[in-house]
Amino acid sequence: MGKAELPLHTPGTKIDRGYIGESVPRPNAARLLQGRGAFTDDLRFPRLAHVAFFRSPYAHALIKKLDLEPARRQPGVIGVFDGRAVAEYCTPWVAVLAHLKGIKSPEQHAIAIERACWQGEAVAAVVAESRTQAEDAVQLIEAEWEELPVVVDMEESLKNTKTIHPGFEDNICFKREHDTGGVDDAFAKADVVVEDTFHFGRHTGVCLEGRAILADYNAAEHSLTVYHATQAPHMMQDIFSRHLNIPEGNVRVIAKDVGGSFGIKVHVYADEMATAALSVMLRRPVKFVADRLESFLSDIHAREHRAKVRVACTKAGEILAFELDDLTAIGPYSVYPRTSGIEGNQVVNLTGGPYRHQKYKARMHVVFTNKNVTCQYRAVGHPIAVALTEGIVDLAAQKLGMDPAEFRRINLIADDAYPYTFPSGIKFEKLSHHKALDLLLKITNYAHLRAEQSRLRQQKIYRGIGLAAMIEVTNPSPAFYGVGGARISAQDGATIRLEPTGMVTVMCSVTEQGQGTEGIFAQIAASAVGVSMDKVKVITGDTGVTPYGGGTWASRGAGIGGEAVLQAGRALRSNMLEVAAHILKADKAELDIAGNAVINKLTQERKLELAELGRVAYFRPDTLPMDFQSELTVTRHYTPRQYGFTFTNGIQASLVEVDPDTGFVKLLKHWCVEDSGTVINPMLVDEQLRGGVVQGIGAALYEECLYSPEGQLLNGNMADYLVPMSGEMPDIVCAHIETPTLQSQLGAKGVGEAGTAGAPAAIMNAINDALAPLNARVTRMPFTPERILRALKKV
Amino acid sequence: MDQTLVVTLMVNGTQVTRSVQPRQHLVDFLRDELGLTGSHIGCEHGVCGACTLRVNGEIVRGCLMLAVQANGCRVDTIEGLSDSKELAKLQKAFHEKNALQCGFCTPGMLMAAQDLVRLNRKPTREEIRSHISGNYCRCTGYQAIVDAIEEVVNG
Repeated sequence: MGKAELPLHTPGTKIDRGYIGESVPRPNAARLLQGRGAFTDDLRFPRLAHVAFFRSPYAHALIKKLDLEPARRQPGVIGVFDGRAVAEYCTPWVAVLAHLKGIKSPEQHAIAIERACWQGEAVAAVVAESRTQAEDAVQLIEAEWEELPVVVDMEESLKNTKTIHPGFEDNICFKREHDTGGVDDAFAKADVVVEDTFHFGRHTGVCLEGRAILADYNAAEHSLTVYHATQAPHMMQDIFSRHLNIPEGNVRVIAKDVGGSFGIKVHVYADEMATAALSVMLRRPVKFVADRLESFLSDIHAREHRAKVRVACTKAGEILAFELDDLTAIGPYSVYPRTSGIEGNQVVNLTGGPYRHQKYKARMHVVFTNKNVTCQYRAVGHPIAVALTEGIVDLAAQKLGMDPAEFRRINLIADDAYPYTFPSGIKFEKLSHHKALDLLLKITNYAHLRAEQSRLRQQKIYRGIGLAAMIEVTNPSPAFYGVGGARISAQDGATIRLEPTGMVTVMCSVTEQGQGTEGIFAQIAASAVGVSMDKVKVITGDTGVTPYGGGTWASRGAGIGGEAVLQAGRALRSNMLEVAAHILKADKAELDIAGNAVINKLTQERKLELAELGRVAYFRPDTLPMDFQSELTVTRHYTPRQYGFTFTNGIQASLVEVDPDTGFVKLLKHWCVEDSGTVINPMLVDEQLRGGVVQGIGAALYEECLYSPEGQLLNGNMADYLVPMSGEMPDIVCAHIETPTLQSQLGAKGVGEAGTAGAPAAIMNAINDALAPLNARVTRMPFTPERILRALKKV
Repeated sequence: MDQTLVVTLMVNGTQVTRSVQPRQHLVDFLRDELGLTGSHIGCEHGVCGACTLRVNGEIVRGCLMLAVQANGCRVDTIEGLSDSKELAKLQKAFHEKNALQCGFCTPGMLMAAQDLVRLNRKPTREEIRSHISGNYCRCTGYQAIVDAIEEVVNG
């Protein structure tokens, strides 16, 4: 095996990494910088029709009567349909998974039939020649409703005073209990027990591009081409095929430019299924783009949790046990096909994650409510688990009079303890908590920060320093969804083709939403083949073109898709060298490829330009031996298997200043140390971390979907729902440790969710550190000025 | 609703005349009537800045201005300012610093940034942050955008 076939992380060997590890700009950014991208709403088609939805104004109501006739008579209207009409073309679904034992959810239709279960659920569709005409006609639909009892509070839902779904005995979608044993004993014997209850505000993704779908049915072929702002084209191909009864091979899903996703665009949305069905029904292309108000009402929400957590410690500060009781509400339906049980499940899996206690008991309930549905959003469950863990750890340190950094040092799992099984059952291949803590303390100049904090307190300036250690799920194996029966691919594939001019085309099943997937694939492919990056063209997001795969979610693009690209690139190089060996009448083992040419491995002399290799292979194969056929298109796939997930670790710090008179929190600086294995492009990794941190800041300080007791969303617009804008954001310092996963040749772990996972905890701890001398404490996110003033008993 | 008004305006240096509904906002007009899809629609209530355009030299929210209000105006979009190379320095800096991820906010962000460049002074990072604080970016966390603008305005 030559060096070029060895894993990049092979000990004692210096592998030529090419572009891997370099901060090169993304080639595909150029079109976006000129406004010349192709987002779904930018596409123009002949006979394109537009759909607008009539949505329930009530959180829970029976549809007594729906008069569609006035809408049908409006100018430009092509058709108006209710749930029954669409159901003839689109079968309903139930979002459960076998490995989430006992999970239940009612059947959900593309358009609600008989009953609406949240404000904003679509109950009729108007298709017209323009969106404007469709919206005008929606106004004329007349409905008679019978309001039903509404459940908006999750504690009330759990008590089951009103059962939302007929046929169910209670409002529990899913529950899980976990117990290592010995927990009660550990608490009984502990020197110190701390407990607290934390609340997390329901929030949402607010992708700048609304959900968008353009479905184009061809009646002659019984084929459907869907241009879709999605993270998972193959998953959607399967879904459209099964629910619209079109053979899989006749369904093509194309995700062109996608304007942000963060998990929002990986789910099946009823209104999008309806759009595809309407295209079939009307035999013409139909487009739906969620406007901002619809996005707030119908994009998945996430993170509404109430969790009580307890920790038992020794006097010396050693954590003995964790206990968790989590409650989360998901709206009226579990979301298809990933289910809405995963977030709570992750909270159980991850709480306590960085620490070396062995006793753990958890109880978790997922309940239905009459609010918009919730499901997986960036860093699924992590922000909750990390905040619970780090919040209670800080409280324990405070009670023991220990510095929070020192308390963590005592309890973090040792860097030489791997492989390691955590008491929730998850397995870690190799983490670096102590290295990460040391690096964080160094880059923050922690001792100096503490001294400055103490000095400023004398001047009644209240600064806080918050730490948050974390673990993060990345590179998921089939254990995440596949084992539960979901048709969601855990493997991904890459096809690489040498073009006659010596260029290289890469087609990969992982998709691009701006995180830089296509850029890093170009880096990996160029490095693996031996060409310059300008010779590489990457194509993603088209089920008709790429190998089969899962797409983008759970920080899997670089680690899984990147590995497939690396393996395919190496295989292509090997095949190219076989062609070169015949042309040059040389031994393949003496040749290599570098700088767009075949070279002599020893002398580095350029022997054959790749354009010449391509010319001979494609246009003059008659000059090659009779028994030789070149194979200059290669496909490789990769599935992570050995571990359920390739866990990463990191630690963040936040420095804030709290104004006790106004309750305002000023973010002064934020630091993030992350170990994501092999770093392919440091600039892009830092950008993922920073963007993620800022989303976490949103959760900590600004973002919450507020509902009235009647289940009405009170702040469903961008003026009332606050998101982080540039003026309030701090500069964020990133630093890295590289512990490659040994499961792949590339060694990359994921990084897309780390920032969002840890930032809310770091900020919460920083605020509570600032408030500590004022004997105040906050545990309900987002930490609005009002909540801080209430904690200070000033309002 | 069917009543239309004729408007004539100069878009990226080319005069265009169209009959438009009085209620159509400028960014819908550009996207739907002229096919200039580089200006994006993010909220349609003037908060997100994705539709930021230049009208008679001033940046405006394309969703808060009606097409009929632009009658007789000079409108510059991302496409025009890219072709004229006016944005070239900013685009290069954004590219090199990866000051964009999904690219949906980018045309509006560049419009707001170029407005600062044209003021021809040396703003601090805080002033840069303040100038683009009406442009929402969910992906980057803003720091690389501030870095890129800083390089151009102070470079």
